[in-house]
Amino acid sequence: MKRSNAPIFWSLFGAGGILSALIGPVLVFITGIAVPTGLLLPRDLMDYPRMLAFTQHWSGKGFAFVVIALFLWHGAHRIFHSLHDLGLRTETAAKLACYGTALIGTLVAGYALLAVGS
Amino acid sequence: MSRRRPYVRAMDGWWRRDRFFVRYMIREATAVLVVAYAAVLLIGMIGLARGEAAYDRWLEALRSPLSVAFHVVLLLGFLYHTWSWFRIMPKTMPMIVVGGKRIEPRLITGSGLAIAAALCVVLLLVVIRMAA
Repeated sequence: MKRSNAPIFWSLFGAGGILSALIGPVLVFITGIAVPTGLLLPRDLMDYPRMLAFTQHWSGKGFAFVVIALFLWHGAHRIFHSLHDLGLRTETAAKLACYGTALIGTLVAGYALLAVGS
Repeated sequence: MSRRRPYVRAMDGWWRRDRFFVRYMIREATAVLVVAYAAVLLIGMIGLARGEAAYDRWLEALRSPLSVAFHVVLLLGFLYHTWSWFRIMPKTMPMIVVGGKRIEPRLITGSGLAIAAALCVVLLLVVIRMAA
């Protein structure tokens, strides 16, 4: 019997789900609200030299990669199953589109994080 | 070309019939926001890799009122995701039995939400301290 690949996707969905549930709100608040408006945090906190240094350090690199990749895999899995719930019957195409997007995003994130150097 | 036209039950709006299903669909819809936020971060990452000019364009875009409004929507979506994630956690995780009794679902939900709140506050305080 062919082994199912579902547990892999489900694990990525679960890992991304719990990570986004735990720290997603504060990340959105910091990068999208606090820093751009200067609320609680300085507006220049995310300027180029700082963020470059952050992503050049192995811990910042790892953090950024894990957040982007797991959020993508979490969303892809959930959207794929919701499309089924909405009555979409092109199962394989939907699967390719959802997981394919997550895979491409993961590869691009990895490439960009390697490109910034260390 | 087959002339058969098998009956396929319509699935339009089935979830609007029941509040439980509506809540389920809202919960699933948060995934779109999670992907949108990952895309925002990914574009910033690509900017970082391409150089200062590209990155500054991303940073400038984040400062636009439209982006801030969008992030307020994202924040609400993420908060709903956090709440619903831990609310269904008692059903999705393996059962834990302590002293012959199953752990109360409310305890699991409550601890999850408490840990999430604590982590968010600590992370924000750490960033504020680092910025000072």
